[in-house]
Amino acid sequence: MSLFDKFSTFLEESEPLLSIKPDIFGTKIEKLYSSTEASIDGRRVLLAGTNNYLGLTFAPECIAAAHKAIDDEGTGTTGSRMANGNYDGHRALERELAEFYDCATGIVFSTGYQANLGTISGLVGSGDVLLIDAHCHASIYDGCKLSGAEVIRFRHNDVADLDKRLNRLGDRAQSTLIVVEGIYSMLGDTAPLGEITKCKQKYGSYLLIDEAHSLGVLGDTGQGLVEVAGVGNAVDFITGTFSKSLGSIGGYCVSNHQQLDVIRYLSRPYIFTASPSPSNIASARAALVLLKNGNALREQLWEHANKLYSHLLGLDLDLGPEPGPVIAAQLDTTEEALRIWSSLIEKGIYVNLIFPPASPKNKPLIRISVSAAHTEEQINFICNTFSEIM
Amino acid sequence: MHSKEDILLKVSEQLKQSAEADVEITAETNIAEQFALDSVKVLDLLMEIEDDFDVSVPLNLMADVQTVNDLVEVIYKLESEK
Repeated sequence: MSLFDKFSTFLEESEPLLSIKPDIFGTKIEKLYSSTEASIDGRRVLLAGTNNYLGLTFAPECIAAAHKAIDDEGTGTTGSRMANGNYDGHRALERELAEFYDCATGIVFSTGYQANLGTISGLVGSGDVLLIDAHCHASIYDGCKLSGAEVIRFRHNDVADLDKRLNRLGDRAQSTLIVVEGIYSMLGDTAPLGEITKCKQKYGSYLLIDEAHSLGVLGDTGQGLVEVAGVGNAVDFITGTFSKSLGSIGGYCVSNHQQLDVIRYLSRPYIFTASPSPSNIASARAALVLLKNGNALREQLWEHANKLYSHLLGLDLDLGPEPGPVIAAQLDTTEEALRIWSSLIEKGIYVNLIFPPASPKNKPLIRISVSAAHTEEQINFICNTFSEIM
Repeated sequence: MHSKEDILLKVSEQLKQSAEADVEITAETNIAEQFALDSVKVLDLLMEIEDDFDVSVPLNLMADVQTVNDLVEVIYKLESEK
């Protein structure tokens, strides 16, 4: 039996999807015109599947900061945070993120994926328990696996189920880390954070929230769901990414537990990788300033999100339970999902297409992400195009 | 505390409900292969079974579960540790 036998089975089963052009799982962006327009397959398309919620990838302040960092510090750090890759900018961004959340300390990681992987596996170990929402992102599942702790799922956004499982743990609930997300990436719904916080306090557990999709999107200053729910101090750890609203790449964890800093010596995803490049750090720092003062952007984003959500709901699409910058339609069949995705591309709109097991309820998803940088005309174009093809 | 026979009966009932076709279930039935379930569907089904016995099955233990009998053993062990 060859090492590659499993690939043959995979390729055989996936052939109908892999043969579609343009490539669903590796769509080539040939040229970018702006944060909302690009060329795909020789065609100018509107980007509506990018996570670029505030549209900051082309913000002049971020581009200028990245250019200066390259001029001053070069293209890469060529080393780990623990060795030669720990620059002034990394430390400054950690302080700025901690201040932004009014937390005691913060750590920057090389990607958002590694922020979850490194934080979870650094904090939790053998003998501890991880209690995670069933809809958590793969980075959380992978962090759990790497931790060596006991991993238990609870039903998505079901606080009664969470309570029941904490109760079953008895005294072990006190060495349990609960993990939830601000906005869930698949259906775009938010966690019932107030109730979850009460539940974790009842049992003396710890709580980590991943604000990857909610940073910059929710709250008066864009902190995320913690700000809207007003529970910042009761949440033990907040993770997030620079690769969505901040338009860069990297990730973070902030906390009021000063002990978080100890994971710098224990967390393999923090230690055994090169640190983020100076330009990534510089653009993320510039973007964080824009994000904090980005109420006008957030208003624009929510106006677009509400309009598109209600329009798609009117077309009888099976959407997630609440409007938001992630708008996902669940389809009954792969064929229907493919038809919609291909029709949208033909008409000049790029969205995400996601299949089970990555999508919940064993159904394929068409996922649209809205940006503050979209114009009213572009949102109207998405609405009208959906009306035409449904 | 349930006997292994009771657990087998209840687990088989849950599996039958989620099966698309009428399949015979024995202790040796391979859960994922026989029911063509992907890993997420197996985990969702597990939540129903957990409620039946008031236990939480850690994902780590599921890595070794292949057959219905493997799952019965895991639940029996967790129940006896309560």
